[in-house]
Amino acid sequence: MISIEGFKDTFEYIQMFGEGMVCTISLSALTVIFGFVLALLLAYMRMSKILPFRVISTAYVEVFRATPLMVQLFLVYYVLMADVSLPAFKLFGFIRFERFIPGVIALSLNSGAYLSEIIRSGIQSIDQGQTEAARSLGMSQIENMRYIILPQAIKNILPAIANEFVTIIKESSICWTIGVQEIMSAVNSVKAATFSIGEPLIVAACVYFCLTFPTSKIIEHFERKMSRGDKR
Amino acid sequence: MATRDNLIQVKHLKKYYNKGAIRALDDVSVDIHTGDVMVVIGPSGSGKSTLLRSLNLLEVPTEGEIIFDNVDITKKKIKTPDGKIVKLNIDEHRQKMGMVFQHFNLFPHKTILENMILAPVKVKKMDKKEAEQKALALLKRVGLEDRANAYPIQLSGGQKQRIAIVRALMMEPEVMLFDEPTSALDPEMVGEVLEVMKELAQQGMTMVVVTHEMGFAREVGNRILFMADGKLLEEGTPDQIFNHPKHPRLQDFLSKVL
Repeated sequence: MISIEGFKDTFEYIQMFGEGMVCTISLSALTVIFGFVLALLLAYMRMSKILPFRVISTAYVEVFRATPLMVQLFLVYYVLMADVSLPAFKLFGFIRFERFIPGVIALSLNSGAYLSEIIRSGIQSIDQGQTEAARSLGMSQIENMRYIILPQAIKNILPAIANEFVTIIKESSICWTIGVQEIMSAVNSVKAATFSIGEPLIVAACVYFCLTFPTSKIIEHFERKMSRGDKR
Repeated sequence: MATRDNLIQVKHLKKYYNKGAIRALDDVSVDIHTGDVMVVIGPSGSGKSTLLRSLNLLEVPTEGEIIFDNVDITKKKIKTPDGKIVKLNIDEHRQKMGMVFQHFNLFPHKTILENMILAPVKVKKMDKKEAEQKALALLKRVGLEDRANAYPIQLSGGQKQRIAIVRALMMEPEVMLFDEPTSALDPEMVGEVLEVMKELAQQGMTMVVVTHEMGFAREVGNRILFMADGKLLEEGTPDQIFNHPKHPRLQDFLSKVL
């Protein structure tokens, strides 16, 4: 049952939630960065003229979208990283580095697959004439991507990207299964210490909401800012 | 060194689709001289746009040569004057060829001024202040200096096309390519765009223009090419082409459009 006492007990451990929140933010932020870079690479390979690149990219995306994140996480932690000994120090004094990094890798590999499809659709939604105009002005393929195509593509796909970022924050909770001390791990510790589960879960839900809601609002703000060219 | 007279030499240019089943360009050869205003006319699907787009390699020809500033730009590798073999950088050559499209292709996420200075600043490494001043002077010339900070969507079609022309001029090209520049415009806006092009021609700009505006071809062009089915069927002065057409296809074409 949920009670005021239960919340009082839970708040005794509020520091763990604070640390969990920092951990979740770090986990998500790094995932967003690495996932995005990976996604750009995958999207670019997918649109390449070279067949093997297209095959690799397509296969990657299909496999990672068709298997559970938890399986991927365990494969990374128990198999892929089994023989890799990461330095066992604590980031910020409380994040266990050797567990944190496999979490980042698994989440990045996973979100890279989803983000690459979003990016590809965004790039392909831009009229071919834009590329022709940029190239005819003497811009290279890379300059065209950077100054002309990506800014327009990202504007178009911002809502989908916001969705994916929010998903990453929420799904990072799965990392407590390999011992990353993020928000869900705080819930578990409180449960073990106080024998109450409802209250810490509600607190965890609130913390997640406080992370995801501003994230989507901030991206919405950028979306409005980038739409200046759409108004007559 | 070839003379500056021959700015672009097109030799036996071919563009095939489906292994030769469709011949968009079928052995076209033509020399473009400095100062030429060459107007390409012909029915739809005759290959005029393909020819124009081949000149800056937006279309990669199946066969043939395009020699621009003494370099065959259809080759992947070229020989430098001192005998070295280097990779051809098509971007460098495209900087010297301005292009204006039927659908303007302004960058919608950038203001008019940003549209104009982007390539000079990023590609030619021109000073930003200098580029802006140059852009404003050009905008003044086409009567759009008050729209410098507008976005393309706020402009009319005719204004957009005038911007597209001055955007290309920012790179100080040696030749301007126009791909049906007035075909997507409302009739009342055609004049303002043709006026800018006419002025440009009078200033001595080398121009290749694909158009259906026969009045413009006759008045401004010094050479007219007539194309049909991917072939260059007749070439001549406006007087020869419009008043004394020889090829039956040209006579037929003119009877329909004039």
